[in-house]
Amino acid sequence: MIRWLKALLALSLTIALTWALNTRFGSVPPFGKFLSPFRGFWRNGETAADFPAQQTLKLPGLQQPVQVRFDDQRVPHIFAQNDHDLYYAQGYFTARDRLWEMDFITHVAAGRLSEIVGKDRLETDRFFRRMGLVYGAHKSLDAAMVDPTVRTVLTSYSDGINAYINSLTPTTYPFEYKLLDYAPEPWEPLKCALILKYMAFDLTGRSDDLRLSNALGKYSREVVRDLFPDYPQREDPVIPDGTPLDFKPVLVPAAPAGFEADYSPLVPQNQPDPELGSNNFAVSGSKSATGFPILANDPHLQLNLPSIWYQVQLAAPSVNVCGVSIPGVPFVIIGFNEQVAWGVTNTYADVLDWYQLKFKDNTRREYWHDGRWKPVRRVVERIKVRGQPDRLDTVLYTHHGPVVYDRQEKPFLAQTPILHAMRWVAHDAANEFLTFYRLNRASNYQDYTTALATYGAPAQNFIFADGQKDIAIWPNGLLPLKWKEQGKFVLDGTNPAHDWQGWVPSAQNPHVKNPPRGFVSSANQFSANPKDYPYYLNWNYGDYERGHRINERLARMNHVTPDSLRVLQNDNLGLNAQLMLPRLLGLVQPRQLSEAQQQVYQELGRWNYFYDAQATGPTVFELWYNTLAKRIWEDDFGKATGLEMRYPTRDRTNTLILQEPNSRWVDDTRTPAKETLAELARASFQFATDSLTRKFGPLSTKWAWANQKSTDILHLAQLPGFGHMDLNVGGGSGIVNATTERNGPSWRMVVALGPQVQAYGLFPGGESGNPGSPFYDNMIEPWSKGRLHPLVFLRSAAEKNPRVQTAWELRSK
Amino acid sequence: MLLFFLILLLAAVAQLFLPWWIVTPICFLLAAGLGRTGGRSFLAGFAGVGLGWAVAAAWLTVGNDGLLAHRVAQLLPLGGSSWALVLLTAVVGGLVGGTAALAGCWLRQAVQGNAAPIRGNAVR
Repeated sequence: MIRWLKALLALSLTIALTWALNTRFGSVPPFGKFLSPFRGFWRNGETAADFPAQQTLKLPGLQQPVQVRFDDQRVPHIFAQNDHDLYYAQGYFTARDRLWEMDFITHVAAGRLSEIVGKDRLETDRFFRRMGLVYGAHKSLDAAMVDPTVRTVLTSYSDGINAYINSLTPTTYPFEYKLLDYAPEPWEPLKCALILKYMAFDLTGRSDDLRLSNALGKYSREVVRDLFPDYPQREDPVIPDGTPLDFKPVLVPAAPAGFEADYSPLVPQNQPDPELGSNNFAVSGSKSATGFPILANDPHLQLNLPSIWYQVQLAAPSVNVCGVSIPGVPFVIIGFNEQVAWGVTNTYADVLDWYQLKFKDNTRREYWHDGRWKPVRRVVERIKVRGQPDRLDTVLYTHHGPVVYDRQEKPFLAQTPILHAMRWVAHDAANEFLTFYRLNRASNYQDYTTALATYGAPAQNFIFADGQKDIAIWPNGLLPLKWKEQGKFVLDGTNPAHDWQGWVPSAQNPHVKNPPRGFVSSANQFSANPKDYPYYLNWNYGDYERGHRINERLARMNHVTPDSLRVLQNDNLGLNAQLMLPRLLGLVQPRQLSEAQQQVYQELGRWNYFYDAQATGPTVFELWYNTLAKRIWEDDFGKATGLEMRYPTRDRTNTLILQEPNSRWVDDTRTPAKETLAELARASFQFATDSLTRKFGPLSTKWAWANQKSTDILHLAQLPGFGHMDLNVGGGSGIVNATTERNGPSWRMVVALGPQVQAYGLFPGGESGNPGSPFYDNMIEPWSKGRLHPLVFLRSAAEKNPRVQTAWELRSK
Repeated sequence: MLLFFLILLLAAVAQLFLPWWIVTPICFLLAAGLGRTGGRSFLAGFAGVGLGWAVAAAWLTVGNDGLLAHRVAQLLPLGGSSWALVLLTAVVGGLVGGTAALAGCWLRQAVQGNAAPIRGNAVR
């Protein structure tokens, strides 16, 4: 009997152990499966044999043989004989390096994370579904697939990705699939559209309408006009001041009578980071050493591994283009060919508005608009949750768009809760794919403007330079034709005059070609001065400092070389500190400080305003300035008010500190005493000094800016050990070298046009998305030092180049 | 020793084509047929599967310069030591092999013990 007991016990233990090691618990991977060297993660370590110098791959569905050469950075240079094969091969090689990344991002965008990771991400999924990214992606895709050229590209690109997916076995799945214990699913063109919508969310998904409406309700029109003006005091717009219009403006809809929205307790959550930004600039031939234009671009995005960018060269009979792509989207997104170069930065036109709705009753089946009740479309989202039953979520759609933020159904409430519908340009159909198809093949300014005309979202400042010595910049995308301040506050969802009424004609988007100053540039600041440009686009853009610094330096430059522009990309001067520090120091009497504080005060007085990695000035100034701004505004616009509002902009805060020391906003209304600006400045300085002393000890080299800022590049799933922490880099928010804690130049490129185009670039990551590859993060080191690699650009598949030793061939199976 | 060698060989070959958990039935059946005592069977299973996993993991990580293992060893966390991860891998594989072999041996003993005394018991 005991024997039987022992035997059964051992047998149950064996079965339980085997089962447990084959099963995922919460975020714990199935250890047996994961650790098995026959099937698990060990197989993902790249070895020399994984990358032969020569090989032929047989793939189904290719029309002709394709030649692919890899350079020393593992960048594929693809030479195909037709468009179909070209984008098929792009899909195949992108997937080979980045399958998990692109698949993961489409899961985020589609609100399908819970399917992979379980119930913890249910709220994220609900949010993305309610934002309607899939809804927008379907609309854009339907429009794009009507175009036979784009249809060929999207289907062959998807076929290429699927050819790679189908070649996989559980043993060869990318690392993250094994860790999270799931399998890749087939790719489809919808996912390409989803990734563009995700970019649109990342770059245009923010809105302060509800916060400003709350401020309007609490204070007055005068206060809001004063503190949240429509144009900053210090600005240096993308389109230079005084640029004449070359078009006859269309009629702008008349502004309806004022509407004051109710207080909104529900304000946007999960908003993307406001610090995302970018620089681009191009100098004309008259300013360059060679007589031909030079163009530079560095888009600032969240820094992750695998990187958001994937370098590639794409060549076929009608095209030979090089640059970076976004994994999951065909084409080169930022790059150059033999004749032209282009780049993008985000433009902060207001393309997302909120409409206050009036429902007939608590069932919310009808809403009031244009003098009648209109039906609400109810869309039921079915969210799959790993290890649990599906969840259902009903989203209400009006003609404006979806109701994103809902509250728990409380039918016992007599009053219908206030809900807002979102109107967002990402829900409109536009053929962005065609834009990039054409840009990749552009050979002059005309081709570039034709390409831009079909672009929708996210609106970008498209910068351009060509071998015919033209330079230009167009803040471009679908821009709603608005009356002044339309969408600055919550709009009236019952009044058709508040609806968007058409678009700014694409040829009338802001633009400038070959300006007299000899250069064009953008850094997310205002597109144009409202004095020069007839349409209202937004009241608030990115802060002006980066753009102004770039313009200041470009204006002084002559005989520009690619290296001059590389150095400018790495410029660390902080204009905000240059403007504000003397004033702040002047507000504080050193004798009121302790000895240790005085030492910091003296040190700060010697600082040259450069945000270098080893400088201690930025460490103190940033904390001091931000604390002061908080002390000025928190009592009036912060959480303490019980309302969701936002602080005035940095520009407005600076004007207050510089010129309005007796402003009513200085006093902390929560204390009986009446604070002065000098008192706030001293208290914030002491707070900054004391907290830094607690963190780093007495003033020493430990106070270095790089230590305080601590730039991290994290794995997309934030896996410990898979990122790079605490990089020794300078720069910061509002600095041309916009490297902050988590964001920064995600790709730096400089292209010198001319008879033989020469380009330089790199991104903080590597071509391979495999954490077991030496090419996973090999470019981080040179990136952090501000270096660029010369980019290999082959004129033919057979061209000899010492940096290109690998040659593969793809043939039809 | 025979049991150990058979487990080492058969498990390695089978895992090339079949899921990793194939080691469980292999160890179980081999030990049911050949295991003399529970202790010996456990050791044979543990060493047979564990050694196979250790050698394969060590081979793969040497070819990769320990790059991936170093990262995974920070994730788990094992202080970033790829050799600690090889050891852990061997122990996990070994435990499965060992318990399966133990169960196989003991079950045979139970079956035989009820029917008639057998050779294996005589040793005890």
